[in-house]
Parts: sequence; structure tokens; C-alpha cells
Amino acid sequence: MTLAVRVIPCLDVDAGRVVKGINFKELRDAGDPVELARTYDAEGADELTFLDISASHEGRATTMEIVSRTAEEVFIPLTVGGGVSSVEDVDRLLRAGADKVAMNTAAIHRPELIAEVADRFGNQVLVLSVDARRAPTGPTGGAGDSGFEVTTHGGRKSAGLDAIEWAARAAELGAGEILLNAMDADGTQDGFDLELIRAVRREVSIPVIASGGAGSVDHFAPAVDAGADAVLAATVFHFGTLRIADVKGALAASGHPVR
Amino acid sequence: MASPTVVVLDYGSGNLRSVVRAVERAGAEVTLTSDRVAAQDADGLLVPGVGAYAACMAGLRAVRGHEVIGRRLAGARPVLGICVGMQILFSRGVEHGVETEGCDEWPGVVERLRAPVVPHMGWNTVEAPAGTALFAGVEDERFYFVHSYGVRDWTLETNNRTRAPLVTWAEHGGDRFVAAVENGPLSATQFHPEKSGDAGAALLRNWVLSL
Repeated sequence: MTLAVRVIPCLDVDAGRVVKGINFKELRDAGDPVELARTYDAEGADELTFLDISASHEGRATTMEIVSRTAEEVFIPLTVGGGVSSVEDVDRLLRAGADKVAMNTAAIHRPELIAEVADRFGNQVLVLSVDARRAPTGPTGGAGDSGFEVTTHGGRKSAGLDAIEWAARAAELGAGEILLNAMDADGTQDGFDLELIRAVRREVSIPVIASGGAGSVDHFAPAVDAGADAVLAATVFHFGTLRIADVKGALAASGHPVR
Repeated sequence: MASPTVVVLDYGSGNLRSVVRAVERAGAEVTLTSDRVAAQDADGLLVPGVGAYAACMAGLRAVRGHEVIGRRLAGARPVLGICVGMQILFSRGVEHGVETEGCDEWPGVVERLRAPVVPHMGWNTVEAPAGTALFAGVEDERFYFVHSYGVRDWTLETNNRTRAPLVTWAEHGGDRFVAAVENGPLSATQFHPEKSGDAGAALLRNWVLSL
């Protein structure tokens, strides 16, 4: 038998509340991440990802409480990311009840952080989040030979790193998984960036989560064919455009095992 | 009837909240502690474990957890190891070329998985043997795995005077490894039942009911 393709809903959480519109009729409080987590669990989500976008210290503290409450009620893996910048941050999140921690900008600024976290907690806890987009190659653009560069600030700034080289280096340093956010596809709902997924898959042997561009149930199987081990989406699930069961049905119909 | 008591052994970092809650939900009264007396007295001892083998063994030895496990087993008192908490029950682990002594309750070496994509991360099926008590009712379900190392060879020899342990297997990328063991009072799973939704809850309930 084979490992099931993981289908992962992602929630943006600001000071303990879900942001981005949520359109589930069944929910009493659509802004409560714990209630939404419970709903996704019941719908068959294989994991959950919380992205903390709180700007303030107090906001992040509130998110920590949400992580604890979720871990006490929902018995599937929980990844938490957003503003994680030290070994201590990772420790706090794990103690609060996160199973994995996603890291992005802090790892770009100080790649050794990846090794420090992996050494202390094991590489399985560390998800490296890479915001990648197409860029001119060569000295003027951020990308190396691959044609994809790493961005920060939600895709607005170039980090001056080749995305594929960065993913490979992070894997070597001890990242357990790559969360690959395709900035060119993000928000388009035109489908995942298959070229980007293929390029990363060729170079890394840790699991790859494809993110960005999902718009219909038919978009998921091609991402898996391109080499993704898991698929992540936010808006299409929150708005009820797609249901997790339907995504899994489409994956199964294409011959991919699902839970 | 009073609920069985379970100690979740606290000997390192990581997410222990989920395992405590999951075992509570399975019907036990749970204490998270590194206290040896409590760990010896509880009806069941659960040994979690995440991260590196060497670090886990060092943490376990620091609270003399290996002795607690040994004493409990000598008295046929149940112990359940989860993930690295299962791996440390074997003779030794090899990580990055470094060999670490384990608890040696079972012969066998924990080695790096040989699969195209490692860690083995996600929901996989298992091959549970006939007569399994741990998997009763959930033999065909998927469980959540996350590990880069495993035990490829089960080498414990048994004779007709001892009951043969029940070994459950899993496979990833062509590599086959131990997913669970039921050996009298000593049970263990490579996957995380506390993260395996309803299937994991049923497995933990099976264990708690046996206490």
C-alpha cells in the first residue's frame, strides 16, 4: 500500500481570529479557529496549518492559546507558522501543542537556524515555507539557473536566492518538509504551478507540500503527478467552493491514494 | 469501576499535550510526569518520543526511564512506546553513523529508511497480524506516521514455551519496517495514535481497556 496524499487546509489567524472570509453555514462562529479546525477534521482534513499573521506580541500570545485549544480537541497533525524566528519560538509552539512549525523569513536571514531546530527537536518538526516566483536568471534577477526566486513580504520583495537551490539547501540543513508557495499562481485559482513543483521535486527528497492556485477539484491530481506529496489550500476551502471530500474523490479517481 | 491510571513519561521536549489529551479521551486518568514512583505505580506507562534517537535515550536515562520500563515489565505491568518511544525499546539506533544503545527489550537496529522520499510523513496503511488486540476494529484504517528511521528486521526468537509477539508492518517507497509490536505487557507503535484521528483513538482505547 502507499502513503495517502495529504489534503491540508490552511487558516490565517490574526490575534486568535481567522481572517479571510469564511463561508461555512454550519459554523456558529466562523472566526473561531478551533471550531473551524474541528469542522475540517470532521470533513476529512489530513492535517491543519495555522499561519499566524498577528503583528503584535499580544496577538501572537492569543494565537498560542488557540494552538493549545486546538491540540486538545483535534487529533490530527497541526503545523503552525508565521513570525517564527528562534529555537525558543519553536519550543513554545511545540509545548503549546503544535506538531510541526513552519519557518520562512528567519531561515532566509539565518539558515543555521534550520540546523539548530532540527538538532534540538528532530527534522520532522521543521517545515520550510518557500514563497517562490518566476524571475529573470543571472546577476540582475534573484533566481539562479532554475528561473525561480525566493521572495519575502508576501511576494513583494526578492530575497536574492534561487528557489530550487534554497529548497535543496534547507533539506540538507535539516528541514523535514518543504511548503512550496507558488506566488505566481497564488490567488489565480487557475491551478498549481506544476513547473515549480517539478523543479523542486527533482532536487529534494523530503516531502513537498504544493500551495497556491487551487481553484477546482481537478487541479489537485496534476500537482501530485508533478511530485507533490501533499496539497494545501485556503480560500477554496474557507469559502466552501471546494469540499475536502470532493478533492479527495477527484484524487482517488485519478489513481492517487487518499485517506 | 475507577478509570485506569496512565503516566505519560515526560523526559524531553515536544508536543506532549496531544498525547495526554488523547489518552484521557480513551478513558484513562492521565498524569504527565518524570517521577519514577508515579511511573512505576500507574496502571499503564506511555513512553512518547520525538526527535533524535541519541537525544531521546539521553533524556530517558536522565530520568532513569529505562529502569522504570524494565521494572514494570518484570512485573508484567503494561508499557506503550510511541514513535521514538518505540525505537528506543530496540537494541540500538544508528543516526548519522553514530550508534546509540537503546533499552534492548527487543533485539534489532533502528536505521535510516531507504525510500525516495524521507521522512515517511503522512497516513499509511498497516499489515496487522491475526489476533491483534491493539488494532481490533481498526486493522484496515490508516495511521499517521512521521519518521526517518525504522526497524527493518524483527529478529526476536521465540520457542514453544513463550507466546510469539505480534508484529505489524508498514511499507513506504519499497522499504518495509515495523509499525507496531504487541509483546505481552510491552506494546509499541511507530506511528502516532494520538495524531491518527478516530483510528488512533480506537487503538488507544484498546490499550487503555487492557490495563
